[in-house]
Amino acid sequence: MRDKISSSPVLSVVSKILFAPIIIFGLYVQFHGDYGPGGGFQAGVIVAAAFILYSMIFGLSKGETLVPIMINRYLMCLGVLLYAGVGIVSIFLDGMYLDYNVLSSDPSTGQHIGIILVELGVGITVATVMIALYHSFASFGEINE
Amino acid sequence: MNFLLINFFLISLLLVTTFFIFKTTSLISVVALTGAFTLLCSAIYVNLDAVDVAFTEAAVGSGISTILMVMAAAKLPEGKKNKLINLFPSIILAVAISLILIIIIANLPLLGDPNAPIHLHVVPEYLKESKDFFHIPNVVTNILASYRGFDTLGETIVIFTAGLGVIALLTSNTLNRKTNFKKNKKNER
Amino acid sequence: MVGGLFIIITSQNYLKKVVGLAIFQTAVFVFFVSLAKVLDGTAPILTKMANAYSNPLPHVLILTAIVVGVATSALGLALVLQIYKNYETIEEKEIEFLELKSDK
Repeated sequence: MRDKISSSPVLSVVSKILFAPIIIFGLYVQFHGDYGPGGGFQAGVIVAAAFILYSMIFGLSKGETLVPIMINRYLMCLGVLLYAGVGIVSIFLDGMYLDYNVLSSDPSTGQHIGIILVELGVGITVATVMIALYHSFASFGEINE
Repeated sequence: MNFLLINFFLISLLLVTTFFIFKTTSLISVVALTGAFTLLCSAIYVNLDAVDVAFTEAAVGSGISTILMVMAAAKLPEGKKNKLINLFPSIILAVAISLILIIIIANLPLLGDPNAPIHLHVVPEYLKESKDFFHIPNVVTNILASYRGFDTLGETIVIFTAGLGVIALLTSNTLNRKTNFKKNKKNER
Repeated sequence: MVGGLFIIITSQNYLKKVVGLAIFQTAVFVFFVSLAKVLDGTAPILTKMANAYSNPLPHVLILTAIVVGVATSALGLALVLQIYKNYETIEEKEIEFLELKSDK
């Protein structure tokens, strides 16, 4: 059942071509979020869309080898911990929780670093949660057959 | 004037879509119409100058959530031509709520009024500091990550928890499945 | 918005109820964003040309709320799938019927 999905060569070729540009666009949205529309939430979803496209076209088990479930779950936790960790680091540097001014000698640069790190944490969490959601929805019901 | 016309057009399209979602019984067409609904919403957001929100709605609302709903609808049985339940009380409730909302909306400041209270409190400071101190042009990113950092942390944790919940509900026997998968492979050989 | 509420109450199908919830939510988002609009303003990305920007604060709130909304409706869909697995139907009346039968 799960490996019968890819039948049309057009779909597989097009998705192979699109896979890398989607991820690059996701990274662009992630790190260009300071200057244009975009940020962690959108970038996470776009990156997740690339992986979901892959596992829709080539079947779940191939998508599973690309992003193993357990690694995906660890990354989910890593995203949240990265966000919370930035706050704790700023406590250790004599600031308040999530006060990015102390992350660098210049407060403005500190804010930049903090915002980029926090957005990265959000992006990782959103992307991996979306992959996990797709994965659990797609694999539901095929277990007990 | 153009702005209001476009907005009016889009919102009337939204109403039409909602009506058809209400009317159709086939689950897959309900899902497709929901995708159309969210895409229309993102057009409205662009019209209201909220580019970040429109971006999110287009990617998340009409992208990921439509995919998830399709996956769910594929596993569910076809919707039956059901009789509507609670029709009469819900009509009364709907009319009452819409009357209340219209009364409230009549008391709100006009759409796009630059002197409305919402535009006068903290936002001018945010805009000014974002230019002079942060040197980050996109104020939305700035507020999201810095001024409202706690909020965003909370939202991230909510997403994480929702993901955990779905995993717990749907893949409770991941390990079993893996062993079954290996067994099947052995059987094939 | 009222339409969404109407769907939640009147539909028997649980998947349609989840959809109605999403519509209800989206209506609230549109209301919030419409509060942020400033006439003759542009999107809140600072440039040299513009001098009025729409209010970025509601945008931030709604931005996060959209993603959270999708995550929670996915949770609702997961519950619907589990209900289907246990009852083999997702119509409200039929589930009530089955419950009554199992009580006897």
